Amino acid sequence: MKEYKNTGSKDTRSGFGDGLTELGRTNPNVVALCADLIGSLKMQDFIDENPERFFQVGIAEANMMGMAAGLTIGGKIPFAGTFANFATGRVYDQIRQSIAYSGKNVKICASHSGVTLGEDGATHQILEDIGLMKMLPGMTVINTCDYNQTKAATIAIAEHEGPVYLRFGRPKVANFTPEDQKFEIGKAVKLYEGTDVTIVATGHLVWEAVQAAVELNEKGISAEVIDMHTIKPLDEKAILESVKKTGCIVTAEEHNYLGGLGESVARTLSQHQPTPQEFVATQDTFGESGTPAQLMDKYGLNAKAIVSACEKVMKRK
Amino acid sequence: MPEIKELQDFATQVRRDILRMVHKVNSGHPGGSLGCTEFFTALYKEVMDHHPDFNMDGNGEDLFFLSNGHISPVFYSVLARTGYFPVEELSTFRLIDSRLQGHPTTHEGLPGIRVASGSLGQGMSVAIGAAQAKKLNKDKHLIFSLHGDGELQEGQNWEAIMYASAKGVDNLIATVDLNGQQIDGSTETVLPMGNLRAKFEAFGWDVMEIEDGNDIEQVIKGLQEAKTRTGKGKPVCILMHTVMGHGVDFMMHTHAWHGKAPNDEQLENALSQNPETLGDY
Repeated sequence: MKEYKNTGSKDTRSGFGDGLTELGRTNPNVVALCADLIGSLKMQDFIDENPERFFQVGIAEANMMGMAAGLTIGGKIPFAGTFANFATGRVYDQIRQSIAYSGKNVKICASHSGVTLGEDGATHQILEDIGLMKMLPGMTVINTCDYNQTKAATIAIAEHEGPVYLRFGRPKVANFTPEDQKFEIGKAVKLYEGTDVTIVATGHLVWEAVQAAVELNEKGISAEVIDMHTIKPLDEKAILESVKKTGCIVTAEEHNYLGGLGESVARTLSQHQPTPQEFVATQDTFGESGTPAQLMDKYGLNAKAIVSACEKVMKRK
Repeated sequence: MPEIKELQDFATQVRRDILRMVHKVNSGHPGGSLGCTEFFTALYKEVMDHHPDFNMDGNGEDLFFLSNGHISPVFYSVLARTGYFPVEELSTFRLIDSRLQGHPTTHEGLPGIRVASGSLGQGMSVAIGAAQAKKLNKDKHLIFSLHGDGELQEGQNWEAIMYASAKGVDNLIATVDLNGQQIDGSTETVLPMGNLRAKFEAFGWDVMEIEDGNDIEQVIKGLQEAKTRTGKGKPVCILMHTVMGHGVDFMMHTHAWHGKAPNDEQLENALSQNPETLGDY
């Protein structure tokens, strides 16, 4: 069984910051906006190198989204960064009208998504943002799993014409995807081939899915693991090909089970290949304060939970 | 500069367009549209350096953003009659499969529209973004925007107003249509906004007023003066006093025609007060 190595834990948001810095050097049209969270979004290097291309809007996310829309009208590619909660729910209507419906080439970059934000608690831990963004016509939705992938995704979305929601997190997590792996929007990455069960994971849960597959292998269960970094457009082909082999599926995400990756997968399956599915996700609840590890454990968002879900879904075949 | 009479005739024809568009589908917003007819006429016929061979990025030209999108009839009429799209297309206003949605949108690819509006309070932010893009592009052209007075009740405006002065967005001329009316009544009864001049000034804007926003000469003069005040470190605000429903006696000085269409008889009456000048579509 292939071994995935953690080459050194890093935060996904640093992947965003470093990707943005690289874009600053390579793409003169890239501009950045932030609502008083430069440090949290790791934007300082971009700002140091391109002060004229950075807009500090203050604690005013609605204005930031409108400004980002306006900047595209001069041909710029704006990357607007703040916490996922304020980047989506707080400004849903601004994104809907000024960005999505207007077809603007804005990249909404959201850090601190999900419960792994930790101690700040439920007010800041949005678990609905994937749903909000994927429901918007024309919006691309990406949730990256580690530093390397986040950096690659940040660079890739600058080349994609149209609005994008890029979601990443706060804590340091295993960095295990290849540094040189090209990021292809809408193209899932298969981490393990398997025959007994399919695990489709996104974001911080991908590494947990890898651990789960190792554990399942020790129990004699062959799990296929798919890193679904793009939730919209969904790589339906990857899902359908996999469940034809395995006959059952577990989806795993740091998001409410309503409206997230799991629901997108369920829709695909119900339309094309009805298949037993279990959801590793939060169960329509808000988060709370705690360390990321404690919260992942309490809300059932780890390798252990994925293993249980796989064993459960296999019985439903 | 075209003769004033020519501009007035243009405005009269625009009024006819507004009334006929709204009447045909029995929906739309004639009141604010009629009140802003002189503003749009002045802007598109006289003040702005703009290109009807539409390009979304708008580099090398002045750009206009309508924030209070419900007054789309006046916007559509003026865009059509200044060459952005065929005048005949006005007959499709608010109909299925039309590019002329109830509220303007880029979605259907209508030349002249650079952002959707309708959900109020967002246009100032977009205008600021476009103004910043002009600066980055070293484009000396200006950004114009229009906002309803009631619309200023939306908090996002004040985020934007604060930003524009703090960051020296001095290539922006934001005009507020001060007609004192909104859907539920006068702004004074719904939510009084106090002294708007003092508020804009307190936020660091260069504020001027147009006393009669339905006098085409005053509007042109005001907009030209506003242009001379750009590039001096401050965004420019024009408080433009207008009469909602201007040009149709029974629609004036009331919020009743904010979002209501005239019936057949009322249309005839209104059109008789605005005789055909450039030809109906």
